[in-house]
Amino acid sequence: MAEEVKLFRTWSSPFALRIVWALKLKGIQYETIFEDISNKSPLLLQYNPVYKKVPVLVHNGKPVSESLVILEYIEDTWKQTPLLPEDPYERATARFWAKFVDDKLMPSIWHVFVTQGKEQDEAIPLAIENLNLIEEQLKGKKFFSGETIGLVDIAFGWMGNLISVLEMVTGLKLIDAEKFPLLQAWMQNLSDVQVIKENWPPHDKLVSKFQAIRETYLATGAPK
Amino acid sequence: MEKSDVKILGMRPSPFVNRVQYALNLKSIDYEFLEEKFGPKSELLLQSNPIHKKVPVFFHADNTICESLIIVQYIDEVWTSGPSILPSDPYDRAIARFWAAYVDDKWYPSIKEIRIAEGEEEKSTHIGKVVEGLALLEGAFIECSKGKSFFGGDSIGYLDIAFGSCLGWLKAVEKIANVKLLDEAKTPCLVGWAERFCSHDAVKDVMPKTETFLEVAKILKAKYRP
Repeated sequence: MAEEVKLFRTWSSPFALRIVWALKLKGIQYETIFEDISNKSPLLLQYNPVYKKVPVLVHNGKPVSESLVILEYIEDTWKQTPLLPEDPYERATARFWAKFVDDKLMPSIWHVFVTQGKEQDEAIPLAIENLNLIEEQLKGKKFFSGETIGLVDIAFGWMGNLISVLEMVTGLKLIDAEKFPLLQAWMQNLSDVQVIKENWPPHDKLVSKFQAIRETYLATGAPK
Repeated sequence: MEKSDVKILGMRPSPFVNRVQYALNLKSIDYEFLEEKFGPKSELLLQSNPIHKKVPVFFHADNTICESLIIVQYIDEVWTSGPSILPSDPYDRAIARFWAAYVDDKWYPSIKEIRIAEGEEEKSTHIGKVVEGLALLEGAFIECSKGKSFFGGDSIGYLDIAFGSCLGWLKAVEKIANVKLLDEAKTPCLVGWAERFCSHDAVKDVMPKTETFLEVAKILKAKYRP
């Protein structure tokens, strides 16, 4: 049976970008359906009724939602270019840090991004602490997975590049080369990876978008 | 020497800790249970899980693993001779992972919110969320079980463990808040499944009684009282 793989995404969704990278790394042919979040398609709502979000991967008509779940599905289905190591303990470690990115690291950086003044000052130490924790994981390694990119690199990858957009918009330097030499080197190495650099959304467009997001949050107050 | 090689650091009324116990029981692996008491966190906990400082922490030989569902997957991948916890089909695995994450991220937090809610309106909102979630999970059960007894089919699997571990607190909160959450009229499949899960060999000696949860709820309430 001919394989049919579709990815529902937006041009900027960092979570969808994870899936783009995974599919391209494994050389999987797929069709992209770009969604307008302000006007979601009936198909998207049908495929992801619980969250109504992108990304959604549809493989031979069957939908999978939630980016980390999709990444595991891709890994289970297409065995070439593995994203996870074979050893169960190393797999558990990779899963732990991918989850840490989503549960702790991202929200703490986001919180710095959507606040200002005293609230922002108070948010910064937690973001820095979390960045320190992930910096530690790069000791002696080019990527979180070793010599080639894997699950954690893909999970954190978009932030690794988006950080420059957020820093520009807020005027704050979060990943300082002196304080985070390993993260700095990792970001450089990441941006040299073919599938990453070929699939990065346009920088200027990202800056405009995130500028607008920040302004909305500052005007209306960041929801918790 | 399996026994001393495998340890869980946890608290018995924690559903997240129970998950690890269910997984080990399914695989017939003996383990040592290191009790973490209520109150100030132990040195062992702070050292072995410095990032989250939470139970469960799982020790296997030289390996330390945190986060209950990650531990369950690890157990499944290490002890391959026992029954499988995750389904073998990639799509079934994705569905199980999706709903397990839903339970943790969206559904279970509302159970806790019912318990600690101040005022009827707040309580009502969270009750509504739990009931809504149960309707979704009823649908998930029909899809995953394919007519069999558990989400995992003939025996309990990943999603049974993830969701089933929350049943203890669900029943306790029903008593505390005087509300029926798991309702045969609304979610008949889940009611049947819950009974089967709680009486399963891997579960029945681990899941604490409702009285235990009620005691714990009192301790937690006293702890957080200003």
